[in-house]
Amino acid sequence: MENEQRMPHPAALNLTPEDFQKIGPDEKQSEVIQRESLSSWRDSWERLRKNKLAMTGLIIMILIVIMAIIGPMISDYDYETNDLMNTNMPPSSEHWFGTDDLGRDVFVRTWMGARISLTVGLAAAAIDLMIGVIYGGIMGYFGGRVDEFMNKFAEILYSIPYLLVTILLLVVFEPSLGTIILALTITGWINMSWIVRGEIMQLKNREYVLASRSMGAGTGRLLFRHLIPNAMGPIIVTLTLSVPSAIFAEAFLSFLGLGVQAPVASWGSMINDALSGWMYYPWRMLFPALFISLTMLAFNIFGDGLRDALDPKLKK
Amino acid sequence: MEPILQVKDLNVSFHVRGGEVKAVRGMNFEVGKGETVAIVGESGSGKSVTAQTIMRLIPSPPSVIKKGEVIFQGQDLLKKTNKQMEAIRGKDIGMIFQDPMTSLNPTIKIGKQITEVLIKHQGMSFSEAKKHGIEMLKLVGIKNAEERFDQYPHEFSGGMRQRAMIAIALACKPTLLIADEPTTALDVTIQAQIMDVMKEMQERLGTSIILITHDLGVVAGMCDRVIVMYAGEVVETGTKWEIFKNPQHPYTKGLLRSMPRLDQKKDEPLIPIVGTPPDLIKPPVGCPFAARCDEAMRICERVDPGATEFSDTHMARCWNLHPMAKEAQSS
Amino acid sequence: MLRYVANKFFYMLVSLFILISATFFLMKAIPGDPFMGEKKPSPEILARLMEQYDLDKPVFQQYTKYLGNIVQGDFGLSMKKQGESVTGIIVDTFGPSLRLGLIAIVVSVIVGVLLGMLAALYHRKLIDNIAMIISVLGIAVPSFVLASLLQFVLAEKAHIFNVMGFEGPLDYVLPVMALSAQPIAFIARLTRSSMLEVLHADYIKTAKAKGLNWIAIMFRHVIRNGILPVVTYVGPMTANIITGSVVIEQIFGIGGIGKQFVESITNRDYTVIMGITIFYGILLMLARFLTDIVYVFVDPRIKLTGGKER
Repeated sequence: MENEQRMPHPAALNLTPEDFQKIGPDEKQSEVIQRESLSSWRDSWERLRKNKLAMTGLIIMILIVIMAIIGPMISDYDYETNDLMNTNMPPSSEHWFGTDDLGRDVFVRTWMGARISLTVGLAAAAIDLMIGVIYGGIMGYFGGRVDEFMNKFAEILYSIPYLLVTILLLVVFEPSLGTIILALTITGWINMSWIVRGEIMQLKNREYVLASRSMGAGTGRLLFRHLIPNAMGPIIVTLTLSVPSAIFAEAFLSFLGLGVQAPVASWGSMINDALSGWMYYPWRMLFPALFISLTMLAFNIFGDGLRDALDPKLKK
Repeated sequence: MEPILQVKDLNVSFHVRGGEVKAVRGMNFEVGKGETVAIVGESGSGKSVTAQTIMRLIPSPPSVIKKGEVIFQGQDLLKKTNKQMEAIRGKDIGMIFQDPMTSLNPTIKIGKQITEVLIKHQGMSFSEAKKHGIEMLKLVGIKNAEERFDQYPHEFSGGMRQRAMIAIALACKPTLLIADEPTTALDVTIQAQIMDVMKEMQERLGTSIILITHDLGVVAGMCDRVIVMYAGEVVETGTKWEIFKNPQHPYTKGLLRSMPRLDQKKDEPLIPIVGTPPDLIKPPVGCPFAARCDEAMRICERVDPGATEFSDTHMARCWNLHPMAKEAQSS
Repeated sequence: MLRYVANKFFYMLVSLFILISATFFLMKAIPGDPFMGEKKPSPEILARLMEQYDLDKPVFQQYTKYLGNIVQGDFGLSMKKQGESVTGIIVDTFGPSLRLGLIAIVVSVIVGVLLGMLAALYHRKLIDNIAMIISVLGIAVPSFVLASLLQFVLAEKAHIFNVMGFEGPLDYVLPVMALSAQPIAFIARLTRSSMLEVLHADYIKTAKAKGLNWIAIMFRHVIRNGILPVVTYVGPMTANIITGSVVIEQIFGIGGIGKQFVESITNRDYTVIMGITIFYGILLMLARFLTDIVYVFVDPRIKLTGGKER
């Protein structure tokens, strides 16, 4: 009833009785391991390395950090000395990025600004991370009423527009690096805490955690040995993506005159200073604007790449 | 029996990063009118790919139908245009899927999801379709069908959703129903109910069924014939009784040994089939099962065995069935 | 349903109350009195001013009075603009900002959804790549940089638009572009990823198995479910547009509430700062509240009791 078979009937082959000897288990070519298995972190790194866009982001990030460190050193100028004889000079071999309205060297100020902007971004992200992991860890680990109460609190805090609170704080307290970072983190940690909470809630019912718990592991050990390390992927991605938003927020505050105060520069304050005369002196705007955009771009595409690498399921 | 569906020498591949996965390799079978045919095999054996190829639902790319014919009511479905297929899907061939939790649209009321197919194929008005749809929901055993008609999928339990899926698939009284693991995602108690609904609907409508499953228990309950697939190939086919009482292929025997039976002796163990199926990017030259087979011989690793027929309906492909195998082992 | 709405409304009021209180007490925490300026007013005038702004009363009494006035829509008097009420200032300047904001929202949603849909439908093709480049740029380039750039290239150099001002319809183009860029980028990404998810969903296979044609599948099953997450972005988008408008109005010289906000911060006009902050807060919370309500209607899966699962 089945139609023609595609193999010739065995009789058509030249078969010898040897062919019909049984193969012992040792001879069998069974279960050849197809590829070498990688640890999940190595595996993620391999995927990340193949993502050209993400690696470009990483390289830009590294270059900007390097320039922020050495940039001000390789120039003969400093960031705060006025030179009223040479105001608003276009870029030249003397002043690589030109000078501003007070004759200050834009190249040095750009990299000094990078230090401030990166410091704000990294510090705010680090504080968000600490508070978020602890708060979110507690919510996720204990669950129940503790979670309900803490979550409600976070939700209410989150519903208050964070830039407004930040602005208010800086109107009241004099803007300085410290108060700016503080103001940015006042509600910035909430998102992180929700990410951590979600991860911990998922992980805490996994078999290996239950197994560890059944063997008498304490809360601390469970949290720091099993739960948080396994929630690391989403935490790192959130962290990477929160750096550019803090940098942007600082620039926005500078725009309102609530950023770092002169003569200290950040990218945001340089753009704000340049705004009035920027039709005539475009370089004063161009360089800080270029580098703030590049930095935000680099962090964003690296963060995206990281997410794809750490969670291949999400990549379609 | 007049076959309504003939699959001839079907070959389907996927293109993935590592190369070409030859998921279905030379598949042949037919389905008669009113008949229930089971395609059995473990995951990755190509059974779902076969089902989706018949419906032409297989996404392309990455999949390619390399060669073969799917003759349904005298016409080759693989030669149809997309437009022509749309007229056949849902009308002449219905399909239900594995996971009732995800195969209904969560934002559309159940009723609308049934009437949609009726309006499309039967040209009914909405009120006619609604009447018919409620009728169908009743037939598949959904109580309070009038109220249920206006509910969303999340208000249904898993079993109820699968009943609704059956109602949708059978709404236009198709000639053929393809059920792709229809009970795998359900509780054991619900599984039997769903199979009963399908059987009942089959008797009522005279539909032929292709049942894709890895559960031989489901097969025993409702199928006429069984096709055992392994690594993209048919390794044994036969009537239900031939397969259960007189399995010939070591893989079929293995499947049966790994399944609990009522007449099993108390201390008789269930024996799993050890190992994993071969990588179909580089399918083995010989018998694909050789690496996991207790009865493997030298020839098995070199040449893919041909068919040995035991009756008009029973066929298996294994070198151990060759006359020389018995000679070699008796000597 | 009613309980759900009431619940959401209650939490909105709680948040609002906290914002107002925080605003009030933060302002009270500023050292010195608010009238310390270039010329110190005489003691008599100072006393009269203190009385006019209720600063002579105990803080708690000031607080309850402030709360009571806000309920009646009264934010007090400006400290720098003689005789002007904060409410009046808000009403006068809100018009242009509202128009600009609404246009930006509509443009963002339409362009963002279209871009995201095209990217998903032509997944991994040229259109997808272009859309993703646009969206990465939109997220990375701060709105004020984009605004300055647009102003420089299209107005100053190419003379297509006016550099400043806000009269004719053409004057809307640059501010709207600058304001919408970031929301467009977010919406496009959101739409793209959710459309991709929907396109691969099992129920789409069911729809195909029913024999529905491509158009029916797209319109009845894919698009509706694919743009659902965009609804959740309405709250953040409102915040984004408000933030953006503060800067954009400054750059394009639009006499809106955002520009007023920046001025009052520069002038330390505390009552105006408080008033606009609270007004922005109310706008944002209303946007979030409406989002929550609308979402129930578009997504039947939402449980009405406790809000949506995160």
